[in-house]
Amino acid sequence: MSTISTDTHPHADHGHHHPPAGFKRWLYTTNHKDIGTLYLLFALTMFFIGGLMAMVIRAELFQPGLQLVQPDFFNQMTTVHGLIMVFGAVMPAFTGLANWLIPMMIGAPDMALPRMNNWSFWILPFAFAILLMSLFMEGGGPSFGWTFYAPLSTKYSGDSTALFVFSVHIMGISSIMGAINVIVTIFNMRAPGMTWMKMPLFVWTWLITAFLLIAVMPVLAGVVTMVLTDKYFGTSFFDAAGGGDPVLFQHIFWFFGHPEVYIMILPAFGIISSIVPTFSRKPLFGYASMVYATSSIALLSFLVWAHHMFTTGMPVFAELFFMYCTMLIAVPTGVKVFNWVATMWRGALTFEVPMMFSIAFIVLFTIGGLSGLMLAITPADFQYHDTYFVVAHFHYVLVTGAIFSIVAAVYYWLPKWTGHMYDETLGLWHFWCSLISVNLLFFPMHFVGLAGMPRRIPDYALQFADFNALISIGGFAFGLSQLLFLWVIVKCVKGGTPATNQVWEGATGLEWELTSPPPYHSFTTPPEIK
Amino acid sequence: MQALDHKPLFRKLVVITALMFGFGYALVPLYDVFCEITGLNGKTSDVAATADKAVTDTKRLITIEFLAKPDPKMPWLFKPEMRQIQVHPGEIKVVHYEAENPTASLMVAQAVPSVAPGQAALYFNKMECFCFQRQTLKAGEKILMPLQFYVDPALPERFSTITLSYTMYDVTQHSPAAQGAAVYKTGK
Repeated sequence: MSTISTDTHPHADHGHHHPPAGFKRWLYTTNHKDIGTLYLLFALTMFFIGGLMAMVIRAELFQPGLQLVQPDFFNQMTTVHGLIMVFGAVMPAFTGLANWLIPMMIGAPDMALPRMNNWSFWILPFAFAILLMSLFMEGGGPSFGWTFYAPLSTKYSGDSTALFVFSVHIMGISSIMGAINVIVTIFNMRAPGMTWMKMPLFVWTWLITAFLLIAVMPVLAGVVTMVLTDKYFGTSFFDAAGGGDPVLFQHIFWFFGHPEVYIMILPAFGIISSIVPTFSRKPLFGYASMVYATSSIALLSFLVWAHHMFTTGMPVFAELFFMYCTMLIAVPTGVKVFNWVATMWRGALTFEVPMMFSIAFIVLFTIGGLSGLMLAITPADFQYHDTYFVVAHFHYVLVTGAIFSIVAAVYYWLPKWTGHMYDETLGLWHFWCSLISVNLLFFPMHFVGLAGMPRRIPDYALQFADFNALISIGGFAFGLSQLLFLWVIVKCVKGGTPATNQVWEGATGLEWELTSPPPYHSFTTPPEIK
Repeated sequence: MQALDHKPLFRKLVVITALMFGFGYALVPLYDVFCEITGLNGKTSDVAATADKAVTDTKRLITIEFLAKPDPKMPWLFKPEMRQIQVHPGEIKVVHYEAENPTASLMVAQAVPSVAPGQAALYFNKMECFCFQRQTLKAGEKILMPLQFYVDPALPERFSTITLSYTMYDVTQHSPAAQGAAVYKTGK
């Protein structure tokens, strides 16, 4: 392993690159590490705001009947919770990780388009300020579900719809700029010798994710624009009176929506593929098959959108086509799970916090995948559609999938970013509290869903009361557990045992050859790839 | 390596983004064409059919059910003259629908058809239909509107009943015929 590359360069050329102090440092920054930090802090903030909305939802559902909030406000909570968690927490967290890690992993000095990088972050707070402010408007915020189906969003929505549309536009522009930056960086800025099949899997999965983003975020921008013009400018894309069709909305939305699901999970696969080999002290099993599996998942994601629409009255042939295509995705996903398990097989395992979250990811994401397979079965879906079973499914893949992977990534790279080890005991407390509470929160949802409890309702039949009380307790416990996470992060940023350059005994990759924390400008001359 | 020019790749990616934005909009006509060719979605043709396929097949009887309803925000009365009728494939029939504008102002309406089961829409040929044009009714006016149709004898054996449903929508605000007239306001 080569020595720390930045130490071979004199300190002289840093002089005119020192960042300005105070707020302007962050506002004007074009440094990938600063922007990565901004994205991650923003995502953490949004995670807590969206989490508070989930607490409102769970508090209302603690008992049957209406106690705390009115149905219309409840609907605003489910809608904005979904929008914030998808576009404000998970996606910016992954973009933050990409900003921090991709240049360090491929031996580049920065992202390829640093000024655009600054823009893509700094428009994001405005998007969410607009969305959150709409909650305080007369008539309330958006209440049509994060999927904003027509005609709910075009005919039966309030005036906040315009604000919703503009905030989604801004989020979309931000994601597209971020994705373009990732692609250009990976294509043009790899260090000499960093061939395609030597790239770390996190870089590979992000490259594929970035292509998905530029393919489908414009379609989302299109469909929200159609909603806007249908509502305010007299077009009839989704209005039968003018020759449109509300079912068309669902087709266009899910043409974006299904690849979006993989946008939120492919980088997670990259993270787990980085962490599991480190703590198994073995190279990743089946690197090439991981790359091909990721690519095939991405391609298949364009062919399965209508499995969200089995109950719209599609012809049987189309239902079977989408059912089989959906089930086909289980094959490359299975390859991945197999490879992670095979990497651990006979490895010299240790169980630090990032590894614990990764193992939990593998088990719980697989549960989410299996309930996804159940939903893919067309005749069964008629029973499960729009029930809490669906809620259980997508929270298993998004919370114990995407969020757990992000948490694992933060624990794994935090010593590298800050130069201090985090508090292992607190981290393990965070892990076990999260693991137990998240299962108490989401597992019973499978049962109430199968028993017929519909989603997106503020009240429910009495027979679901006991399970819902348990679910709510799990929800509050999971929410409170995340305060431990905040504590660990703050403590680690403030100080702690100094971290070595490699941090973890089994860690390999260019980022571990830099100092901890890495210099403000790293790899100003490309490293040597072996 | 770092001196590499990022502009060509950047431009390509921006073009892809713009094309995908266009693709989102292109899905709208593509969806209509797809539905029309395959007959999915129960959309009947909005062009008058000719009778060239109308060779009567007296061996089969098809039940045609008629449904009609005004949009919930639409104050008109709108109903079919009869609930159902039995026809031989190829036999040309005329049925009537009643519409009445009980309001005190002129209104323009558009009827939108839907056929169930969806795939039968391809075989349901309308030679004349009130849904081909907008209907303008003065205050209190009542009319009988004709529908002339036949079922294509090529209708697959598995269909024995076809349901034809119309929804009547208020399009007064989008209609030049109502300009200057006292217009009844529905909805928002």
